[in-house]
Amino acid sequence: MRHLKAVNRKARRIEQLMTANGDVYALAQGPAGGGQTTPHYPMGCSLVFSPGWEVDSAGGTAGLCQPVERDLYDCYITCFWPAQVPDHLNNYPDWTKKCGAAAKDWRNIDLVFP
Amino acid sequence: MTTRLQLSDMKRFSAAGKAFAFLIPSSSVIGLDDLSAALLDGFKDGPRNPATVVDALAERFSRDDLVEGLSELHQTGAVTTPEHAATIPVYKQTEAAPLSTLVLNVTNKCNLSCKYCYEYGEDKLTAPATSAATRFMDEATAFESVDFLLQRGAHLPRLTLTFFGGETLLNFKVVSATVEYARRRAREAGKTIDFSLTTNATLLTEEIVGFLTGNHVGVTISIDGPKDLQDRFRTYSNGEGSYDRILPRIKALLKNHRTRPVGARVTLTSQVMDVVRIFDHLTEEIGFYEVGFAPVTTSANTLYSIQNAGFDSMLDQFTNLSRRYLDRALKGEYMGFSNMTDQLQEIHTGVTKSYACGAGLGLLGVSPTGDIALCHRFVDSPDHKLGNIRTGLDEEKRHDFNRRTHLSNKAECHTCWVRGMCSGGCYHEAQVRYGDIGHANLHYCDWIRGWIDVCLHTYAEIAEKTPSFFDRFDERQGVGVPA
Ligand code: SF4
Ligand code: SF4
Repeated sequence: MRHLKAVNRKARRIEQLMTANGDVYALAQGPAGGGQTTPHYPMGCSLVFSPGWEVDSAGGTAGLCQPVERDLYDCYITCFWPAQVPDHLNNYPDWTKKCGAAAKDWRNIDLVFP
Repeated sequence: MTTRLQLSDMKRFSAAGKAFAFLIPSSSVIGLDDLSAALLDGFKDGPRNPATVVDALAERFSRDDLVEGLSELHQTGAVTTPEHAATIPVYKQTEAAPLSTLVLNVTNKCNLSCKYCYEYGEDKLTAPATSAATRFMDEATAFESVDFLLQRGAHLPRLTLTFFGGETLLNFKVVSATVEYARRRAREAGKTIDFSLTTNATLLTEEIVGFLTGNHVGVTISIDGPKDLQDRFRTYSNGEGSYDRILPRIKALLKNHRTRPVGARVTLTSQVMDVVRIFDHLTEEIGFYEVGFAPVTTSANTLYSIQNAGFDSMLDQFTNLSRRYLDRALKGEYMGFSNMTDQLQEIHTGVTKSYACGAGLGLLGVSPTGDIALCHRFVDSPDHKLGNIRTGLDEEKRHDFNRRTHLSNKAECHTCWVRGMCSGGCYHEAQVRYGDIGHANLHYCDWIRGWIDVCLHTYAEIAEKTPSFFDRFDERQGVGVPA
C-alpha cells in the first residue's frame, strides 16, 4: 500500500490478503523489484465505482456492480487484457487521459482506430 | 444508479504527530497519509459518490493517486458500500468449542477474610457448603477433571490447568498430586499442559516453592500493596493484617522461583486506589515482574465499591503509568504493567470479540465437588452450574449461556467503538451488578473506553517510533490468569 500503512498485525494480515488476491494497481505498475508478478485473477469487485470485473466473487457475472459490458475501462487500466481494449502500455498510453473518474467521465474515453 | 461509498465505523486519532485510524469492525490500525486522510474527510457527511470526492480533491492531488488511495481505503475496509457496512456479528451456536483452560477450585475455604471477597462477602452467588467434604476437592475429582480437559481439548496441542480457590494452597496435597498426574497424562496424549495458580501467599513454604519452580507453575499472588493498604482489606478473621506474614514468603518465592515470572494481582477499591504507589512498591521494593490491577467486583452500594469519581482517578493513575510504560518501551525496555501489556497485545493482534471472555467456551471452572461452572467465579453458584465432571457438560445450558452473553444481545454496545475488545465485559461482574450474566457492564464504560483510548495512542506511538518493541508480542502467549 502506498497511502496507508498497516500498523498492527490485523492490518498487516489484511494487507497480505490484498496482495495475495492480486493488488490490481500493483499489477498495473509492473513487477516490483524485478521479481515475478503473481498472476492476476480478479475475483469480485474491488473498486466499486470502476465498472465490474470479469467475474464476481462467486465466479459468475450476476454479482458485479455494473453490467459486464461496462468493464471496458477497468480492463484497460487495471487488468492487462489487451485483446479487447486498446493497450495502454505500448500503443495508447493516453487513451483515458480525459477520463478522471470512470463513473462520471467515461464518455470522454477516446475513440481508437487501430 | 451510481454506487456510493461511505466510511466504515472507525475511530480516527493522531499520535506522534501522525494520523491514524482504528477500524472498528476489523480492529485494524492503519496509518494515514495526507491524501488518504483527505479522502476520508470527503466522506464524513455520509455516503457519497466517490467520483465527487475525487473531483473535489483533484486540485490537491493527482487523480491517479486519489484513485489508488481510494482503492486502498476500500480494500482495507475503511470505506465501504452501504450494503457491506459492518453490522454486529450474529450469534451462531458453537458446537463443542474446544476447551483450552480448566480452572479447578481446589477449595472454597480461605484462611483470610478479605472484606471485599466475592466468594464470601455480601456479593456471593454461592450456595452455603453443607459439609467439609464439599469444601475441598479430592484427588479423584481433580484427576477426572484432568481427563475431562484432555478429552475436550483433544484438538489443541497446548492446554492450561489453573488452580484456584478459596486459598489454593490449603489443598496443596491435591494440587501437587494433580500436577503430577496431569503431566503423565499429557505426555501420553502428546500434549503440553501449562500450570498456573493463584494464592494469597500466606501458606508458601520452602517445599511449595521448590515444587512450583520444579514444575514451571506460573504463580499469581493476590496482594494489595504496601502494608497500610494490604492490611486494610486483606485480613485474617480476627482483623489482623496479613502483610507481615506474606512479605518474607513472597520474597523467598521471588528469589527462588526462576522458571516462570511471578505476577501480582491487586484489587482496587474506593479506599485502595493508589495505583502508582502500589505499583512502585510491588515492583521496586518487593520485586514482582508483573503487576495487574482490577477494580473490585461488587454491587454499587457497598462502601468499597468504586464510583464514578473513583474510576476517573483510576484512569488518571493508569495514564500516569502508561506514560512511564511508553518511555521505557521507546528505549526498548519492558515494564511489567500487565493491564497495559494485555491491552496493547489485544490491539496489536487486532482482536475482535463477540464474547467478552472464554467463560463457557474455551474456559470452564470446576467446583470442589466436580460441578462444572461457567468460569471459576461462578463455581458453586447453583444457577450457573453446567453439569458435573462425572456426568458431563450440559451442552444445552452452555448454549443458553453463550447465547445470552453474545455481543448481539448487548444493544448498548452496538455503537461503542471498543466493542470488539470489551464486548460488554465480565459476566460475573454483570451478574453481581445487574443480576444477569448477559447484561453489559455499563457502569464502567467510560473507564474502559478511556483506558483503551490511552492504550491505542500509546500503541500507535510505540509502533511509529520503536516498532520492534512488539516483536516480543508476536511470541507472547496470552497468559490467562484468572482474576
Ligand atoms: S465499554 Fe460499555 S458499551 Fe462499550 S463494549 Fe464495553 S460495556 Fe459495551
Ligand atoms: S471475565 Fe469474568 S466471566 Fe469471564 S472468565 Fe473472567 S471472571 Fe469469569
